[in-house]
Amino acid sequence: MNMIEQPRNFTTELAVIGSGIAGFAASVFAVNRKIATALAGNSGAVAYTTGYLDLLGRLDGIATAVTDPWEGLLHLRQTQPKHPLGRIAVADLRAGFDEFTSFLGSGGIAYSRAGDRNVTALTPAGTLKQTLCVPATMAAGPRAFAARAACVIVDFEGLKGFSSREVVANLGGRWPGLAAQRIGFPDMARGEVYPEVMARALEVPATRERLATALQGVAGPARVIGLPAILGVHRPDRVHADLERLTGLEIFEIPTMPPSVPGVRLRELLEQALPKRGVTLIPQQKVTGLGFDGDGATLDLRDSYGPIRIRARAVILATGRFLSGGLEAHPDRIAEPLLDLPVTQPAGRADWYRERYTDVRGHPLHRAGIEVDAESRPLGRDGRPCSERLFAAGVIVAHQDWIRSRSGAGIAIATAYQAVGAAERYLRGSSGGLAATPSLNRQVVVPGE
Amino acid sequence: MSTISPEQPAPAAATTLETEVLIIGGGVTGTGIMRDLALRGIHSILIDKIDLCAGASGGNHGLLHSGARYVSTDLEAAIECRQENELLKRLAPHCIEATGGLFVAVEGDDPAFADEFPELCRRAGIRCDELTVAEARKLEPHLSDRLVRACRVPDATVDPFHLALANVDHARLTNGSLYRSHTELLRFEIVDGEIRSAVCRDHRTLAPLTIRARQVVNAGGAWAMNIARLAGCADVDLLYAKGTLLVNHDRMTRHVVNRLRPPGDGDILVPGGTVSILGTTSTRIQDLDHVAPTVDEIDRNIREGAAMIPALAGARYTRAFSRVRPLLQGTGNASDRAASRGFALLDHRSQGLANFCTITGGKLTTFRLMAEKAADLVAGRLGNRQAGTTATVPLPGDDAGRWTEPGAAPKHWYKLNDPGDMILCECEMVPQSAIDEIVATPPGAEREVMSIEAISLRSRVGKGPCQGSFCGIRVASYLYDSGYYRDAAGLVHMRDFFDERFKGQRPVIWGRQAAQMELAEALHCGLLGLDALDAD
Ligand SMILES: Cc1cc2nc3c(=O)[nH]c(=O)nc-3n(C[C@H](O)[C@H](O)[C@H](O)COP(=O)(O)OP(=O)(O)OC[C@H]3O[C@@H](n4cnc5c(N)ncnc54)[C@H](O)[C@@H]3O)c2cc1C
Ligand SMILES: Cc1cc2nc3c(=O)[nH]c(=O)nc-3n(C[C@H](O)[C@H](O)[C@H](O)COP(=O)(O)OP(=O)(O)OC[C@H]3O[C@@H](n4cnc5c(N)ncnc54)[C@H](O)[C@@H]3O)c2cc1C
Repeated sequence: MNMIEQPRNFTTELAVIGSGIAGFAASVFAVNRKIATALAGNSGAVAYTTGYLDLLGRLDGIATAVTDPWEGLLHLRQTQPKHPLGRIAVADLRAGFDEFTSFLGSGGIAYSRAGDRNVTALTPAGTLKQTLCVPATMAAGPRAFAARAACVIVDFEGLKGFSSREVVANLGGRWPGLAAQRIGFPDMARGEVYPEVMARALEVPATRERLATALQGVAGPARVIGLPAILGVHRPDRVHADLERLTGLEIFEIPTMPPSVPGVRLRELLEQALPKRGVTLIPQQKVTGLGFDGDGATLDLRDSYGPIRIRARAVILATGRFLSGGLEAHPDRIAEPLLDLPVTQPAGRADWYRERYTDVRGHPLHRAGIEVDAESRPLGRDGRPCSERLFAAGVIVAHQDWIRSRSGAGIAIATAYQAVGAAERYLRGSSGGLAATPSLNRQVVVPGE
Repeated sequence: MSTISPEQPAPAAATTLETEVLIIGGGVTGTGIMRDLALRGIHSILIDKIDLCAGASGGNHGLLHSGARYVSTDLEAAIECRQENELLKRLAPHCIEATGGLFVAVEGDDPAFADEFPELCRRAGIRCDELTVAEARKLEPHLSDRLVRACRVPDATVDPFHLALANVDHARLTNGSLYRSHTELLRFEIVDGEIRSAVCRDHRTLAPLTIRARQVVNAGGAWAMNIARLAGCADVDLLYAKGTLLVNHDRMTRHVVNRLRPPGDGDILVPGGTVSILGTTSTRIQDLDHVAPTVDEIDRNIREGAAMIPALAGARYTRAFSRVRPLLQGTGNASDRAASRGFALLDHRSQGLANFCTITGGKLTTFRLMAEKAADLVAGRLGNRQAGTTATVPLPGDDAGRWTEPGAAPKHWYKLNDPGDMILCECEMVPQSAIDEIVATPPGAEREVMSIEAISLRSRVGKGPCQGSFCGIRVASYLYDSGYYRDAAGLVHMRDFFDERFKGQRPVIWGRQAAQMELAEALHCGLLGLDALDAD
């Protein structure tokens, strides 16, 4: 193909770049506000995520866990005034979580509502983790732990990286009624088994019935069973409810090592539900060019059919950090590759990391990121917004360490909520306003299908 | 004279061990002495404050010198290298890859040096074939197009871990000599000009341990001066030169590639398995125990290396590490690199001790010779008249190095062909059965001291591009699963393993390594909470 390819053109009001939790949440908030939206995102960190939506589980540098995240936020506001979670009103934070989780719930992944306190959730190593919202398929775990109910953790022959004996060895001291069992997965012969394959198999009722029988066989007197996260990719709530009905037991999932089923679930749900709500989705592609002019922004990318050009009146940049490509670490500096936005960063490479990997204070590199103003607009080198049309969301923003503070989804949702609010104000305020019935191409591009 | 039988290693509660010879330092030299003595029928206990190859032996280039590197600075050392290179290729072929080596000059390098080089090699008896630039670039396509000269010499690569493990295992099997890791010498009890016992500490149990021996050998490498001082000996005079090396994610060349100029920074690239090692720098230091690569050293290595092989400039590096060369004093005012790389054996008679000696300096390439010289002295002092045999007895060790050798674990896995035997380390294809075997009969160690770190030392676990961040979790799960771990010890071992691996990764985290590291940290800290084990 050496002829010049004509790009396919799309026009929209808002273009979101990045399909992590921040980009997805921004798209949800935008469609709920009737803003015509296009979402272009490459695959990224969301495939690794556990399904737990954290708000604030730790304060960096303090060894103990945060049980009341709202009180933790007050502390954050005082001690780290630039932290993105300290820059959003608590009411907006709650509203953002509720809006995002109810969207997920309507698509078949119900979540617990954001409560006043953190939930103590389980990890595959048998350690504990503070989080704010857990999916319905995982909710019985924290409940059973809180009540120290008799419980059996079940793992599977051939599933590596998840050992029920490991969970029990590390949690048993605090949870005497906990026991470990191993079973074979129905119809999977000897050899290695993979979480995603097991999850898809459990969408078939007959497989569920056989698994239910096997679970009843090892439950003993316990009324609660913990499993690795394999209860279906689509509509896990239905798989979960059916398994509980078949066994007569309470069942919960524990996240596994990546690639994890809960992450795949979230991605697949959002990639199906958002186009149904009118979002133009261009999945699995990287935006390679972004420019602004007097009337709007132009995004360039391509899919397997050829080049695509999106014209938008506003853009949300939610491209994540190093893992997702939103930031790049070069030997001499940290850069933002799409617009070469200035990145706040440590003085030199020698200062990026502390000596000890697991230092509770975290590493200075993680606090690097782009600067935004109160209207979520990235700042240019002159300290002024780089464009009135550009907004940013997610962990690309500086002055936070989502890993140490256990606040990945929290930062993503909060900043997406703010960015969409600001973009909406801009779109409604700017000349022309928001079109009542946007006249744009609503065609959904799903390459390869 | 009681010795300890191999079937019954000292129980944990024992506070005194007895042997004929105590060897301090589990590098290639100390393990070589252990084997040499065992072959003469002499029992020994070898201790290391950390584990095998914790010092320079575990952090070098792995270059089995042909001697050519030293022809311009130290003819004697060059000849020693040539002889040992030939010997080891015959006696320990399983630890060696006969890659051959190239010496290359690029535009701007001193032509006089290159002119002289072949003749200097001949004088040392080292075969040196001059190649045309085209021939050299055909052999190694990554070589710079600014190449002006090239020679081929019989350099090779050697796996020091494999050597050390094989030495220890051969000694254990031969006469029940004993190796104890994590055992640090603290002080000596000296009576009437004789060391009666060595007081040590077991860093795992924190229990004190006394070792009584008739002879004591200090094979402490760069730490030899400190150890000698504990015995009141002031005649070991060392300066320290730190060297920094980088591990490149890819194997760029088949040959070892050296810069055809006087030794300098970043002038050697050594292929090993699927990776290459680039180095080294040389910096004087004072503090032996806090050596870490600096940004400047890394950038210098890459810059210089890229002059020979331009692709090194944009390559992906997975680790960097620094180790210390002990420089023997008394070689005048020459520069550190020109200072003798030869070794010193001191009998300490002048210091009033009759049963203590120190062997230090030298090279990996000449470890066998060094061990032989030290063993000659010790055997003589014990009245043992048997001659050393390490110059003729092949080094067994297919077993010991079974898991450290790249590609060995996958071969074993295919051979077993058991679908239930899952791969735990996907980068290096290490299956469950390999972990089982290493834990059940750990090469060069007792079962009790196995941790994920110790397993990694004895296998390829954690050596691939993921640097252990995934397989560390899987190996821990597997060890919980098989009942080896029953409490939080497995979590602590996991954390310590990641902390340890990080030390080598830290200086080279950019590009794809930064993405890799973010994912690792999200898992280890964000999810598993290994950064907060002590808290809740
Ligand atoms: C192993 C792991 C476990 C986690 N566990 C949890 C957890 O338990 N709880 C929790 O709350 N959070 C968790 N997280 C964090 C969470 O998944 C998100 O990483 C976090 O919320 C940040 O979201 P984000 O959308 O800002 O960035 P990301 O999730 O990194 O998303 C950025 C997106 O931008 C895309 N992108 C980048 N550049 C371009 C471009 N040029 N064109 C198009 N697209 C582009 C990427 O492909 C990616 O899809 C976990 C993350 C990991 C890696
Ligand atoms: C950067 C660098 C690159 C090199 N490259 C090459 C090369 O390519 N080819 C080559 O032939 N040579 C090379 N060398 C040289 C070679 O690595 C060394 O000569 C050799 O490894 C020395 O081995 P050793 O056993 O004498 O000392 P070491 O390996 O240093 O062993 C000393 C041991 O003593 C232990 N110890 C110290 N104090 C105590 C105590 N109090 N109690 C108990 N144990 C103690 C330490 O933990 C250590 O394990 C290189 C050296 C360096 C530094």
